[in-house]
Amino acid sequence: MESRTGKIREIARRLLTEEKVDVVLGYKAGTVPLRNIPFFARTPEEVESLIWDSNGRINLANFLPRREDRIAVAAKGCDVRNIVNHIIENQIKREQVYIIGVPCEGMIDPELVYEREGRLIEEAAEADGKLTVRGNGFETVLDRNELLRQNCRICQHRNPPVYDELVGEPVPEEGDVSPLEDLEELLAKADSERYEYFHDLVKTCIRCYACRDACPLCYCHVCFVDEHMPQWLGKSIDPRDVITYHFLRAFHCAGRCTDCGACESACPLNIKVRQFTRLLEKDIRELYGYEAGLSLDKLPPLTVYLPDDREEFIK
Amino acid sequence: MAEKILKKSGLDGFLKSLGESYKVFGPMAEGREIKFGPIEGGILLDFQNSRMSPKDFFFPQSERMFEFVTGSSSEEANILKSCLTEPEPRLVYGIRPCDAKAFAVLDKIFTNDQYTDVYWTTKREAVVLVGLGCNSPCPTCFCTSVGCGPFHEEGLDVLVYDLGENLLLKSLTEKGGQILEKAEGLEEADEEALETAAGLKDRAESAITSVVETDKIEEREVMELFEAPHWEMVQERCLNCGVCTFVCPTCHCFDIQDEVAGQVGDRIRNWDTCMSWLFTVHGSGHNPRPDKTSRVRQRFMHKFKYIPMKRDGDIGCVGCGRCIVSCPVNIDVRDVVRDMNL
Repeated sequence: MESRTGKIREIARRLLTEEKVDVVLGYKAGTVPLRNIPFFARTPEEVESLIWDSNGRINLANFLPRREDRIAVAAKGCDVRNIVNHIIENQIKREQVYIIGVPCEGMIDPELVYEREGRLIEEAAEADGKLTVRGNGFETVLDRNELLRQNCRICQHRNPPVYDELVGEPVPEEGDVSPLEDLEELLAKADSERYEYFHDLVKTCIRCYACRDACPLCYCHVCFVDEHMPQWLGKSIDPRDVITYHFLRAFHCAGRCTDCGACESACPLNIKVRQFTRLLEKDIRELYGYEAGLSLDKLPPLTVYLPDDREEFIK
Repeated sequence: MAEKILKKSGLDGFLKSLGESYKVFGPMAEGREIKFGPIEGGILLDFQNSRMSPKDFFFPQSERMFEFVTGSSSEEANILKSCLTEPEPRLVYGIRPCDAKAFAVLDKIFTNDQYTDVYWTTKREAVVLVGLGCNSPCPTCFCTSVGCGPFHEEGLDVLVYDLGENLLLKSLTEKGGQILEKAEGLEEADEEALETAAGLKDRAESAITSVVETDKIEEREVMELFEAPHWEMVQERCLNCGVCTFVCPTCHCFDIQDEVAGQVGDRIRNWDTCMSWLFTVHGSGHNPRPDKTSRVRQRFMHKFKYIPMKRDGDIGCVGCGRCIVSCPVNIDVRDVVRDMNL
């Protein structure tokens, strides 16, 4: 981790000094433990604030659409896949973005830390795969790898598939982890039970739209929930409107989602909103053999027409 | 003003006896969340800040204001009928002083010399607030910088000090006094208890290490502050989601919508957020706050410049720190205010 920080700074400094880019996007330490800030470094001095640790849960690709400048991004596997998405979907030009690829060892889920400790964490420090957390009268050392977010535990693409420069050596991919094991029970349910499951999943949703706004895929100028002439969706917390929002958000992501987990990490109420998108990505893999953001030459299946498309779902 | 002692073991009985006159609410754990609910089960005796503010007691996220029928068949058609009901008397135990102060801030906004928001005031008047002082504030608390504090009394009817085995109950209003007067099993607080309570207050206040100066904001010209360069840095990472506004105890903007099914409709109001593009867009398509900068700036300017200008210097923030804890990109109000206070 420490060596990645050093290398990212070194690359960032060089890119800015040589005027290859106008800005370098990475993470900076936040003001609360276990939370990083997306940080835009524009000078060699600002580069000194860049860090790399296990709290980079915000997907930095989210800050690329509609940019005019040349930007370098310190991007982990999923971030790069979303940058690839953006390039394919014409949200940024390939030559505009310099990808500092960072092989990723997964990001931690602060909720798991709180679950273990059950008390307020006031400070956290990370070194050599250990996370030391401190609070009022206690200090605990935890194993970082046991605290990873669920999407990081099942991740199959920790190494950036596309990059201009790689920070350090690639990390081993966790090839033997089943991405759907925990969903088997849900998949076995009847439609009505599944509906009930999703209904329950979002019952505490306050419609702050953090899941949408943290998602790199959600770059529409006006989101369907905000359209008002006509207005498609009610604004209250009526369960029908809440679940309609979540279903539609997920469907708009089908075939484009990289399971980066930014949506879930952004949710202030810890709602497992990835359950929607994970099921759709499973369908996309099975129907089209496609995974988002792995290649600049392949378009997301739902954006292209192919004469030999499988059409078994049309009855 | 009365100062009484209640044994902690007698709290359940005390609240139950209040149940005869009020519907009693208290803090309880619901998974990871702390919520205020009817005290059927046990309540939490100590807890740190809840993630959501309790403003929904008086200002629910969605609230039905009127009902109506459409069409022209009946004489009642297209006439709004108020849904305002006589609220039940409620008592809330364990409200934190910052949240009570937030209610006091909102009282001034929902009632002024021109308008009274009856949806707020009727519920607010029918409640008794028994607050619980904070013995151990969070690192994100900065209440003492914004005219509040861990044992601040504004907005409360009774303030409770947790002395360990005993609770010290201090009445602050007539309503609060009546409750303590009627309750059985309370003893008069002695000098020692009062001293312990004062000590707790001092300790809690000095435990709040976040200091945010706001004095220079008042002197700065609105337009100069409005055009200050630091907003650019804030907006750059802001997602423009509504988390900060929805968890905030003083954010109070709402949107009014008619929801019609067939010929029957409701006029409801819902929490709205100034972070949203839709919040200010006009029917013409023009949007006076067309970009992230103008939207994120609004929230801070409203709390730290516009509200103080209109309300005799009172700041529209109580320093609860919820927005700091929940912002996905860690926009820290303390840092923003420091930049405003240059």
